Amino acid sequence: MSYQTLLDAVIKGDIKTAKEETLKAVDAGQKAQDILDQGLIEAMNVVGDNFSKGAIFVPQMLRSAKTMQECVEVLKPHFKENAMTTKGKIVIGTVKGDLHDIGKNLVGMMLEGAGFSIIDLGVDVAPEVFVDKIKEADADVVGMSALLSTTMPSMSLTIKALADSGLRDTVKVIIGGAPVTRKYAEDIGADAYASDAGSAVLEAKKLLNIT
Amino acid sequence: MLIVGEIINTSRRRIAEAVEKQDAAFIGQVAKDQADAGAHFIDVNAGTFVDRETEYLCWLVKTVQDAVDLPLCLDSPSPKALSEAIKYHRGEPMINSISLEKERFDEMLPIVTAQPCRVVALCMTETAMPVTIEDRVQAGAELINRLTAEGVALENIFIDPLVQPVSVDTRMGNAVLGAIKTIMNDFPGVNTICGLSNISFGLPARRLINSTFLSLCILQGLSAAILDPTNKRLMANLLSTRMILGKDEYCGDFIDAYQNGIINKE
Repeated sequence: MSYQTLLDAVIKGDIKTAKEETLKAVDAGQKAQDILDQGLIEAMNVVGDNFSKGAIFVPQMLRSAKTMQECVEVLKPHFKENAMTTKGKIVIGTVKGDLHDIGKNLVGMMLEGAGFSIIDLGVDVAPEVFVDKIKEADADVVGMSALLSTTMPSMSLTIKALADSGLRDTVKVIIGGAPVTRKYAEDIGADAYASDAGSAVLEAKKLLNIT
Repeated sequence: MLIVGEIINTSRRRIAEAVEKQDAAFIGQVAKDQADAGAHFIDVNAGTFVDRETEYLCWLVKTVQDAVDLPLCLDSPSPKALSEAIKYHRGEPMINSISLEKERFDEMLPIVTAQPCRVVALCMTETAMPVTIEDRVQAGAELINRLTAEGVALENIFIDPLVQPVSVDTRMGNAVLGAIKTIMNDFPGVNTICGLSNISFGLPARRLINSTFLSLCILQGLSAAILDPTNKRLMANLLSTRMILGKDEYCGDFIDAYQNGIINKE
């Protein structure tokens, strides 16, 4: 079955058509997982690429992400016993002392669109909270955001806290935020730096060897 | 309308390079260009150099004031960087910024009350970024009350309503515009200030958006702006907006700017 109409609808952010197409595919007997992978996630890959290339803009990305979320709601009852597979579990948050959430939210949305499960800890997240939640969720990746020069050191403290609790080898660390640089990521021993939501997805995939 | 020239910020690549090389001639020229274009304050921000921010901010203060005879807007979330940089500053600086976040307020307060200065106060609540007009007005009012209670003159307080992108939430433009109007109305004598570029994050044609947004802010009573004064179209827009709103007696500033070449014929 071709998912082209569904793909186009998600890329365009046409919620109505996308939901109809999702239902149609379900009625035609397609597996929910296939519709998710080959339709929705595939469409969001295109959206992420377009965004990274500068071909589309934030509101268009948000509209596509919203469309995907609505379609996932349609699909949910058709998965058998939480059988929805995830590409990986990612804990995200803005670090301690920092209340900025816009960039972090965009990153979370795009990661979700790419098929990851997101545990969003919100803003002002202390190192020990990151550690606890990463442990609790058995997360594969943690994404930290900071928008202030004064809160960037909290990223480094969180990485140290991960090491102290023996989690550093089991979880990959991606960081980003306006004042954060690739060099800073290297300096504090993060695994990757992401400059925007699109590149956060690419980096997460790279770190988890997902093609 | 008070203009704070925003260019000397190390989040700009060329500024960061010049600061790292301690290129005083380059920084001095950028300061002069902004002064010539009409800036009343020159912003200095070295925030991207986490470990060396204090050192670089101090250097910027000396270097810029060697080049221009203007007060500076010392721009950092770090009380340590600000309290050091202020020692090198001549005249009354603008300190950018304080907010209701508990630690930041407590640490910044002694700095902004130690000498006469202007202070930028961000409409953050103690635990979150503001969303609505009411969030901003409430935070602004509390900042004004607490700062004036500590002896800061009302006219030295510059409330920043915190501009957020309309690309993420289309209500964000009105939230700021409404807050400016209410704060200016409720506290006659206080100032409002904002940066412009956040409004257009995630969108194309950002200069157009920023410029239109500035006009709307001025309409609501914005009394200061952090912007690039060497952007002639933006300045022309600012000057014509003020004039149309009756804030430019005998259209003097507008005509001066035209005769000095800041505003071009169409």
